[in-house]
Order: sequence, then C-alpha cells, then structure tokens
Amino acid sequence: MWSSFKRWFHQWGSPKWFYERSLVWSRWLGVIALVCIPAGILWGLLFAPEDYQQGNSFRIIYLHVPAAVLAQSCYVLMAAAGFVGLVWKMKVADVVLKSAAPIGASFCFLALFTGAVWGKPTWGTWWVWDARLTSMLILLFLYFGVIALESAIQDAITAGKAAAVLCIVGVVNIPIIKYSVEWWNTLHQPATFKLTEKPAMPMEMWLPLLIMIIGIYAFFGYALFLRSRNEIIERERRTLWVRELVERESAA
Amino acid sequence: MSFSSLNDVIHMGGHGLYVWLSYGAGVAILSYNLVAPKMKQNALMKRLSQQLKREKLAK
Repeated sequence: MWSSFKRWFHQWGSPKWFYERSLVWSRWLGVIALVCIPAGILWGLLFAPEDYQQGNSFRIIYLHVPAAVLAQSCYVLMAAAGFVGLVWKMKVADVVLKSAAPIGASFCFLALFTGAVWGKPTWGTWWVWDARLTSMLILLFLYFGVIALESAIQDAITAGKAAAVLCIVGVVNIPIIKYSVEWWNTLHQPATFKLTEKPAMPMEMWLPLLIMIIGIYAFFGYALFLRSRNEIIERERRTLWVRELVERESAA
Repeated sequence: MSFSSLNDVIHMGGHGLYVWLSYGAGVAILSYNLVAPKMKQNALMKRLSQQLKREKLAK
C-alpha cells in the first residue's frame, strides 16, 4: 500500500511522465469545456428566466461567479504546488505554479471587470471600496506579484522558491475573500452556492451556473496543461526525450 | 427561451450594454488563454528545432 503510494507520488516528479499524461487529460478536459461552456452561456443568456429584482443584468452571474471561484481555486492550487515544490523539490510543482499564475490573473481580472459592469446597473456605481471587492483586487495584485517574481529572477529554481513563498503567504487572503461578505457589511450579495444548503435560486437559474463552473474548471485544466507543457519543454530542452520530441514535431 | 425577438436579446430589457460588455470580456479572456500558449508553443518548437539543426551541422 505505502510503496504503491510512493511510486504514484514519485511519478509526479518526472516531467516526461507529466507531459505525456497531460496530453491524455487535456483531451478529456477539452471535451468537457467545449460542451459545458457554450451550453452554460447559451442557457444563461437566452433561456434562464430574468431575475425579479435585477432583470437581465443578473445574467452576468454566469461569467462572474465561475471566474471568481476559479481565480480563488487557482491561487490555492498555486500555494499547494508551492508547498510541494519547496518540501519535495518537485520540478513539476514549480512548472504548474508558474503556468497557473497568468491564467488565474486573467480570471481574477474577469471577475473584477464583470463585477464592475454588473455593479453599475445594480448598485449605481462601477466600484466601491468594500471588503469583497478590495480583497479580490488584492488577489489580482498577488497574481501580478507572482508573475513579476517569476520573470524577474533568471534562475528557474530560485524563481520557483520565491514565487512559492509568496503564494503560501498570500493564501491568507483566500478566507478573507470568502468570509468578507459575512464579516463586514458590504454591498456584495452573499454566496450563491453553499455546500450545506439548497440554493436560493430556482433550478432553471442555478443549473446553468453549475454547468458553467464545471466548464470553467475544465477549461482551466486544459489551459494549465497547455502552458505547463511549454514550460516543461523549455526547462528540459537539453534532455534526450525533448530533443526527440522536437525532431518528431518539426519533421511532421 | 425568455426573449421573444432578436431585438429583445440585444436590448436585454435595458441592460444590453452591461450584459454584452461582460460576455465580450469573457470571450476575450477565454481566447487569450488558448491563443497565447499556442503561439508560445509554435515559437518554442521553431527555436528548438533550429537549435538542433545548428548543433548537427556543427558536429
């Protein structure tokens, strides 16, 4: 039992194994994203009933919530990868951390942007310095910090360590974002989904949202593996298997 | 379907600008996350295969 776990865990240390497996995983994730995202968008935009208070502006929820949920999960993933990278010196963990940062940043931006656009017709303002919005903005700056660290330090191993430390320290912001709507009086509405309760929305409203969240997660995995494979090729370019791979690709 | 005409879909009961602006941004972010790594992959493969060819010639 323990030895098979150890073997499983050690596989993750091999960039070549990760590269090859990720091609298979990507295919499945791509299919899920390709089905869920268009279905969720069409359903949310055209078929879900309009909100009795907010009218049609509430349709922004089908982008806003998945983007915000993903931006936070991505940061937690980076902190976890950073921890694994620091403790077990796993190359693949460094690669994943670096590759996830720009994706997380882009979705964090999308959550803030769609939030601002949703805020205008709903609250009458694009922006307020309230707890939820401010902590989300800090998350975006943390992402920028990780990206800047990775590109400022030449040596990949040192850069990976610095980024890992920033990720682990910055993860304290995640519970602040999550509970901001409960700890402080804010304009922002409370969580749409809770694991322990039934959603307050009717099914025709939350089902497309759930489909979008699944789709966005699958998309994230797909994009993450795409970037990770680039990063692996770059870092392992002197190894035999990458040389052979480049030769095969350029011949095709 | 909660709209009766294409015009209604575009107008979104007065919220058209906000809804379509959001979805435009969404499509842009999704495309960025696909196109940027694909372009990087192409450039990387080209660079590495040229490097390999040079090394072979130097031998």
